[in-house]
Formats: sequence, C-alpha cells, structure tokens
Amino acid sequence: MIAHAIFFYTFSIIAVVSAIMVTASKNTVHSVFFLILDFISISCLFIMIGAEFLGMIMLIVYVGAVAVLFLFVVMMLNVAQQKNQWFAGQSTSKHIPVGLIISTLIFFEIIIVIGGWKYKPEIFDINNSLANTSVSNTHSLGQILYTDYIHVFQISGMILLVAMIGAIVLTFRQRSGVKRQSYINQISRERAEGVEVLEVQSNKGVKIDD
Amino acid sequence: MEYLSIVFQEVYKILFLLVPVLVSVAMIVWLDRRVWAFVQKRQGPNVVGPFGLLQSLADALKYIFKEIIIPSSSNKVIFILAPIVTMTLALIAWAVIPFSATQVLADINVGILYLFAVSSLGVYGIIMGGWASNSKYPFLGAIRSAAQMVSYEVSIGVIIINVLLCVGSLNLNDIVIAQQNMWFVIPLFPMFVIFFISALAETNRPPFDLPEAEAELVAGYQTEYSGMMYAMFWLGEYANILLMCAMGAILFLGGWMSPIDVYPFTLVPGALWLILKILLLFILFALVKAIVPRYRYDQLMRLGWKVFLPLSLIWVVLTASYLFYFNLLPVN
Repeated sequence: MIAHAIFFYTFSIIAVVSAIMVTASKNTVHSVFFLILDFISISCLFIMIGAEFLGMIMLIVYVGAVAVLFLFVVMMLNVAQQKNQWFAGQSTSKHIPVGLIISTLIFFEIIIVIGGWKYKPEIFDINNSLANTSVSNTHSLGQILYTDYIHVFQISGMILLVAMIGAIVLTFRQRSGVKRQSYINQISRERAEGVEVLEVQSNKGVKIDD
Repeated sequence: MEYLSIVFQEVYKILFLLVPVLVSVAMIVWLDRRVWAFVQKRQGPNVVGPFGLLQSLADALKYIFKEIIIPSSSNKVIFILAPIVTMTLALIAWAVIPFSATQVLADINVGILYLFAVSSLGVYGIIMGGWASNSKYPFLGAIRSAAQMVSYEVSIGVIIINVLLCVGSLNLNDIVIAQQNMWFVIPLFPMFVIFFISALAETNRPPFDLPEAEAELVAGYQTEYSGMMYAMFWLGEYANILLMCAMGAILFLGGWMSPIDVYPFTLVPGALWLILKILLLFILFALVKAIVPRYRYDQLMRLGWKVFLPLSLIWVVLTASYLFYFNLLPVN
C-alpha cells in the first residue's frame, strides 16, 4: 500500500507542477513539453486506478498525435515570431477578461462536482454499479460504449468529422499555376509516345521540338 | 526487506532482457551493413574479429572517446535530453514482448496498445533533437519526421485493429496463441505488406529516410550531434527497428510459436523462434535499404494518406464482415 501511495503522490505532484509550468514558462515550446509531461503523468495515474485502456489511449492520442501537432504549430509560430513584428505589438492585457470568465466557469464546475460527490454520494453510485470486475476494463468499456451509448458515440464521431471538414474548407486555397503529377498518366505512357527513333544523316542533323 | 528482494528480482529480470537487446542491437548494425554490402557486391565490415563481428564494438569505442560538442546557441537541456529519450523509449517497449508463454517481463492486458503508444512517442526524441539544435537542417528534419511518423502511425493503428478483430484481446500472448492454427500472415497478407512498409516509414528507414536524407539535409536531426550522443540516437534507432520487427513477428508470424506443431520443431525454445522471425524481418529491412531509391516527400505523404489508409480501412470492414457473417468473431 505504501508503494502505491508513493507512486500516486509522485505522479500527481509531477502532474500538478507541470500543469502550472505550462502556463508559467516563458518559452512556448517549453510549455508544450510540460504539457506532454502532464499528459504522461495523468495517463500513469489512469493506469494506477486500473483504467489501463484509458491510460494507453491517452498516451497514443494526446501524447502521440495531438501534442505532436501542438509542438509543430508552436515551433512554426516561433519561427514566424522572429520574422514578424505583428506578434510583438500584441498586448496580452486584453486576454485577461476572457481568461477570467473561463477560469471562473471551470472553478464553479469543479465546485459542483466535488460538492455533489461530498453531499449526494448516491449520484455517483449509479456509475459505479455499471463497472463489472469479472471482465477486463477494455471489454466493459466496449460493452457500455457500443450498446447503451452508441448514439452519443456516433454523434461525437459525426461532430469530429464535421469539424475536420470545416477546418479543411477554411484553410484550403486553390493555387493556380501549379504543375501536378498525374501518376496514371505517367504509368500508362507507352514507349511509342515517348521515344522516337530517327535516322540521322551525317552533316544534316535532326530537327527536334517543332 | 520484502520490498527490496522484489526490487532486486525485477532488476535482475530487466538486466537479463536489456543486456541481450543491447548486444543484439550492436550485432544487428553489423548484419545490416553486411547485407547491404553483399547486395552491392561488396564485402562490408570484415576486418575486426571473425567476419568483422566486432566492428560494432570498435565503433562504440570510437564514439565513447570522441568529444561531445554542444552548440552554444542550442537549448542545452533539451539537446541533451533528446538522445536519452530516444534510447529509453526504444528500450522500455521490450518489457511487454513475450519470448514464450511464460517468459515475459510484464504480461499486461493492453500489451499491443503499450507497444503502439511507445512507438508513437518515439517521434519526440527526433523533434526535441531537431528543435534544440537551433539550426536549419535539424529543424527541417524534425518537422519532416514529425509529419511522417504521425501519418504512418494511423495506418499501423488500423492494421493492428485488423489483427485484434481476429484475436479479441489486446494481450500479446493471446495474440500469439490465437495464431495456433494459422499465422495471420496468410489471411491478412495485404495487411502484412502494408505493415512492413509502414514500419519502414515509422523507423525512418530507407526508402523513407527523409528526416536524415543526406543529399538534402546533411544528416537531418542528427547534424549537430557528436560522440556518444550521436551513438545513442543510432542505437535507439536500431532498437526501434528491431522492435518493429518483433511487432511484425508477433502480429503476423506467430510470435514464439513454432512454424509446424510437430515433434522436432516443438523442442526448440520459443525465444529462438521469435529471434529467428525477427531476424528474417530484419534481413528484409536491410534488403529494402539496398535496393530501393529514396521517395520524394509528397510521394511519401500520398502513399500514407491516399493509399495505405483507405486500403487498410477497407480491409477492416472486410475482415469484420467476414468474421461476422461466418460467426467467427472471438467471444470470451
């Protein structure tokens, strides 16, 4: 039990400290690295409470894909920042009201959740009754997700698809004058179209490109 | 006291796994160079030791005694962390590889997801190294490899889903045992081919070695590295290649299972079969390096997103429908 406690506190302290460092560090790339550390320690916490599937999916999706894209954008932004004066002129003070509103909202949400857990424990008993310890956590997750919540699951997939198409439409621009390779044309070219054998008479030469 | 003995036992097991892995990484570098040379009608390293077997040892000694240069404008902490991250990630993944039904360091429920997660984290070593060098070629190499590895991970993930549909479990030993009657390479042969090519791209091997394309980017993300730090990148890269070969062997070639279940073959220990299968896949990797020219970057992206991803998705639908129609879906 003591080993469990030691691991729990190590991971949670790392998670909290790195979450603070995400907002506190000056260098944006460092922030993303701290965000990755945060994700990793949270997935370790997931594994510790026995939710190994969630922990691994967290690693694969957030650390392996989402954070890579974050890092990608932030690195590009740093390069743009050095070249572009637009970033220097932006004052940070006008973001404060928006940030305050969001953080108060999150604060009240947390208060409600913790309050409900403290004063109305029966709300959370409903969720606990679903957990079946005889099958592995991946199986029980699948059994709930693809039966009771199939519609919610499908709708969230549709929302993601719409968001993806929206992002593609917003950023897509048709460029003119770009030469594109057509693989079908290249492969289906016959020898007769590309090569012509000519008899060259001496001192006469041949005319090409006419 | 009780804790200490458990810790010592685990450390002993880990050493017993990691030391052979590290030695075989060194040997595999030699094998890679030999195969590459034989395809091109050269001899390859054949001077140090019998057949040049000790060449890697000599190289390692050379790297240890070389100076480690840290560029003054680099981000020092991340610059030093990058090879360490690469190396660590390449080694921790071996914890879940089963060498026989019982010889596995950590027989976890979600073994295949763990392998996939660790191999998808591998991109960080490269990105960190490329960014922290604060130089143009490493940065370009890092950006290239980030995009490349994220793209090919998607198709590898879908291929793994294909196998999992036939197994019904995420445990690596269950995956091996499910292939008792038929290796998955037979029913899922197109997926095996796509997995092999995606593994080449995932480990930045030729013909997809664009992050370190020497003709365009000097040495890509490794340009600023020297001495032991360069060697660690190198070892990590080869350990990753071995890991992808092991993954291919477990997913498609029956892992530690013997090819035919008859008397003389079953005497051979499972670990040996797994090693033989890994070697077979690795020799294929080395042959590809020798005979295929490098891809252009847009062709690489096109292959990943427009060819492999739709193909493997269609195959998922096919496999699922086949298993559902003939009532073969694994139930436990």
